[in-house]
Amino acid sequence: MRELALHILDIAENSISAGASRVEILVKQDFLNDELLISVKDNGKGMDKELLAKVMDPFVTSRTTRNVGLGIPLLKQAAEACNGKMTIESQPGKGTELKVKFQNSHIDRMPLGNLADTFLSLLLGTPDVNWVLHYQVNDQVFNFDDTEAKAALDDMPLTDYRVIEYLTNTIQNGINAINENANKQGVNYAHN
Amino acid sequence: MPTINSIDDLKRLREEAQKIKEMRDQTGKTQIVVGMGTIGIAAGARETLKAILTFIEENNLPDIILRQTGNLGLSGQDPVVKITLPNQEEVVYGKVSSDIARKIMQDHVVGGNVLVEYLVKE
Repeated sequence: MRELALHILDIAENSISAGASRVEILVKQDFLNDELLISVKDNGKGMDKELLAKVMDPFVTSRTTRNVGLGIPLLKQAAEACNGKMTIESQPGKGTELKVKFQNSHIDRMPLGNLADTFLSLLLGTPDVNWVLHYQVNDQVFNFDDTEAKAALDDMPLTDYRVIEYLTNTIQNGINAINENANKQGVNYAHN
Repeated sequence: MPTINSIDDLKRLREEAQKIKEMRDQTGKTQIVVGMGTIGIAAGARETLKAILTFIEENNLPDIILRQTGNLGLSGQDPVVKITLPNQEEVVYGKVSSDIARKIMQDHVVGGNVLVEYLVKE
């Protein structure tokens, strides 16, 4: 995969497959410590120690019919090639948090890519899950939780064209504002 | 209704939609499913989904239910898109790029004509 945002989409798909009703995605770029941190945290069915140990291997899945988890070792490898690492904390019945860290300035670090499109795909494509996004650059953070919008819409589908437009603008503008602010602070965004 | 800019606008939009819904009979909705397994994502499924969303938004299409799902188990056919028009059988398209997705939206979802050349080949 060519962007970290596509990996985030892939990891979040695992959360959906694990039956999560809430998924929280954090992307944090810390230029002071030269670190890029991504976390995907869910309240899905979780994994026991045995499966957790195996999940870093390719072709391991918590179900037999689909290739769930295929992307995890790919992302782990990508992080380790950039002085980073991946950790997974999981408890059966409680959920899973996958964290992956990169040296932000590493030459081989994949671009973050289109985080807005990734989040919108998840939010609009899986509306029964509560989606939360935190996008942070240094001390500036954009937080989005879909609870309020969904409560206002009640039973109305998110894929109403006006709702798509609203959600797209809200997410895209929120992320852009953080990036523009970082640009003003002199952070180089060429790598994004 | 003008552009939606706030949660309050969303509430008003919902109330408005509710009124229209009450007047309209059960015509059903078009269902679109995009396969988003690891291989689908690597093959461009996110861009395919985005193209469909953009088409719905730009053409103000009503009554569409869009879902993304895991691997649909059609290896070598990703990105896969399933379309079900109201009271019709499900149609499965394979190797759906954003360009093909727009064509399917125009010709099949809006026009009602199945695009045989893009159907999944078993």
